[in-house]
Amino acid sequence: MADIRHEIPADRAGRSGPDSGGKHKGGGMAHSGLKSFAGLMARQGILVAFVLFLIAFSVFSDRFLSAENIFSVVRSSAIIGVMALGVTVVVIGGNLDLSVGSMLSFSTVLVVDLHDKIGPGPAIVVTVLATLCLGAINGLLVGVARLNSLIVTLGMLSAIQGLTLIYSGGKNVDIVHQDTTWFKIFGRGYIADIPVPIVIFAICAIVLHVVMAYTPFGRRIYATGGNPTAAVFSGIRRSRVVFATYLISALTVAIAAIVLGSRVMGSQNNVGQGYELQVLAGVILGGTSLLGGSGTIWKSVIGVLILGFIQNGLLLLGFEYYVQWLVTWVVIILAVWLDIAAKRGRLLSPIA
Amino acid sequence: MSASHIPQPDTPALRLEGIVKTFPGVRALDDVGFDVRAGEVHALLGENGAGKSTLMKVLAGMYEPDEGSIYIEGEAVTMRSPLEAKARGVVLIHQELSLAEEMSVAENIYLGELPRKSLGRVDWKTLHSNAQAILDRLKCGFDSKRQVGTLSIANQQMVEIARALTVEAKVVVFDEPTASLTDAEKVVLFDIINDLKARGAGIVYISHRMDEIFTLADRISVLRDGGYRGTLIKSETNEDEVIQLMIGRALDLTRRRAAAKTGKVALQVEGLSCGKLFEDVSFELREGEVLGFYGLVGAGRTEIAETLFGLRKPSAGRILIDGTEVEISSPADAIKKGISLVPESRKEQGLVLGMNCRDNITLPQVGDLTKGPFVSDGAEIAIFDRYYEALKIKTPSWRQAVGNLSGGNQQKIVIGKWLAMNPRILIVDEPTRGIDVGSKSEIHDLIRTLAGEGYAVIVISSEMPEVMHVSDRIVAMFHGRIMRSFTTEEVTEDNLVAAISGIETDKVA
Repeated sequence: MADIRHEIPADRAGRSGPDSGGKHKGGGMAHSGLKSFAGLMARQGILVAFVLFLIAFSVFSDRFLSAENIFSVVRSSAIIGVMALGVTVVVIGGNLDLSVGSMLSFSTVLVVDLHDKIGPGPAIVVTVLATLCLGAINGLLVGVARLNSLIVTLGMLSAIQGLTLIYSGGKNVDIVHQDTTWFKIFGRGYIADIPVPIVIFAICAIVLHVVMAYTPFGRRIYATGGNPTAAVFSGIRRSRVVFATYLISALTVAIAAIVLGSRVMGSQNNVGQGYELQVLAGVILGGTSLLGGSGTIWKSVIGVLILGFIQNGLLLLGFEYYVQWLVTWVVIILAVWLDIAAKRGRLLSPIA
Repeated sequence: MSASHIPQPDTPALRLEGIVKTFPGVRALDDVGFDVRAGEVHALLGENGAGKSTLMKVLAGMYEPDEGSIYIEGEAVTMRSPLEAKARGVVLIHQELSLAEEMSVAENIYLGELPRKSLGRVDWKTLHSNAQAILDRLKCGFDSKRQVGTLSIANQQMVEIARALTVEAKVVVFDEPTASLTDAEKVVLFDIINDLKARGAGIVYISHRMDEIFTLADRISVLRDGGYRGTLIKSETNEDEVIQLMIGRALDLTRRRAAAKTGKVALQVEGLSCGKLFEDVSFELREGEVLGFYGLVGAGRTEIAETLFGLRKPSAGRILIDGTEVEISSPADAIKKGISLVPESRKEQGLVLGMNCRDNITLPQVGDLTKGPFVSDGAEIAIFDRYYEALKIKTPSWRQAVGNLSGGNQQKIVIGKWLAMNPRILIVDEPTRGIDVGSKSEIHDLIRTLAGEGYAVIVISSEMPEVMHVSDRIVAMFHGRIMRSFTTEEVTEDNLVAAISGIETDKVA
């Protein structure tokens, strides 16, 4: 049910494979085989790629598919994953959010710093509220003032980084009594042998999936992203919808910050730097169109996991840490390209 | 219509043989074959969804056919891209313009093939003199250095045509070229087409407008449901025969209706103004009545509709619904007050093209179709089914993205979406723009049926036969003002044209 909106337009999905030009008569088996392969790739290309990666890495490393390693990858993907869920909502609504990285720095510094000053419970409440305020600024500027979301959130990325440094005075923060505080459960705890970050990631994913796929509110987000004018003509209050998507995004950042702060029990001022690109990479790998109006929550989950497993697999194969940045880029380009190619049935656009 | 310009009478400029193109679940083209002679205008007709657009895209190299062959001047060709098609002498004049608005006319005409000097510099002199030569041939009254964005839509279309003429065109395909042209501009376009024809090009002319086809065409080919239904020679046929071939049955567009029984006043507008867009507009609309708004593009009709739907704020005047003065602050507010608007442009304003049929129909009321916090699948499908049947929407399933449907079926989805709101007052802006004859009469019948059921309906249309056929009363607008209002007995083509040209006035609206 959830992916009904992701259906490929019939006039493109059925295009035959890249090399089918020229001979029109007697396409036969090979032809229809290519067709159905293209169709499969168009619908589930990202899953196919995911499985291929898992197989490839597990052939070269026996540790790769061990339960221990899988848990460790999912757990370390959880922070980016939770943020990617919120950003997916913004992107489906037709906008971008590049401010999530520095917003994560701000919220993590805030929750860690306040932990020792006012106690874990109040620290969490204040952090969530403060982060929502930042999201509200994005939401007002993009939703109500109708400014370009790329510019607004790029500016916020820089402004929030400044805000963080002003708050902390440039010093890193940490929690003194790391073993005795209940705050450690979010990053270090287990529920029924499952690491809590994974549980939180799963709960957020399920909640947002249900919101997007089954509620009127979710439907309005898809409509607003798909065609803002038609949404307005349908009586949808577009500015409210966009505003709400930025609040959701900020909320996921606050949750990620709590997990991160609890896991590290301290924070640098720039801890979230570069996260916005990783988050966006996961969303794009999941196949959510940056034009808005399409995509699903669970595909972003897969996208983030693919990134996590690729980075982990490269480490296990003995590559240097920084190689993963290059490979990640290649994977994203391939994913986007395959997706488009499957939709139009050729590798290159016919309209040159 | 002289045949003296035809260079090789035996080899047609274009020949199609057994063209088949399938998409998942649809056989868009099924064994289509006909030929277009050099120096003839060959009209291609068919209802929306008959396969015209697909065939055109095959010709332009945007789709490759699954089966069949294309011959140009007797030579079998495969065309894999629009550039390749153009190199073969097949050019397509799109219905939708694709120009770089910030660039000059000349740059647009030669986009991608600008003449060069040494070191790859653009040869501006040659560029402008070549471009100006083409513009002169087309009798365009503007300069090749003019920025395209500053031209009228009609002149932009001329640029599009000029672009097609940079190669020696053997086959020129026109897709609904007159959709946004005024009558005077049409005359110029027809001259150009006749000129191309005299130079020996084969012209494929796609249009829904019978009068144009019977003015221009030498032969008429008809598609229906993806299949080829035959070719008629213009001088040996008539509109009825063509329509019958197109829709597979006879159609009676000329019948007159009995006067409608109208109820109490549903909507009353008094002295409504919105800046300079429209001024001092007053009228009333009764239950069971269809009120037609007729006028030229820009006369302020759409703006009145948008004001009634809460998209614009009036600067003066009153709106009364059932005798009570109301303020309509937003579309959501208008919907609550029982007003629905089927907007002018279904693709831009009416539909979310990537969304499926069902979700589009239920979009304005999705907040009310809930079971607990969730959208009720059953309630949504029930609504879709009701309008799927009532409006005879052709789609394989509700899951189909609306963007894949033909124009007529898309329009039915928009109408269904607003009927499903059960409005008291239904405003329909250009109900049949770009829609074929068969769907057109279905939509006209539907509007009449709705009025019969007690809806108060406003129809805005730029087509005189439509507005005369469907309305109980007609309001003629000129430059943001109501010039005159007519009953069906009073109205004639002459006095209607006079009123919208600002010649005749009668302030009693």
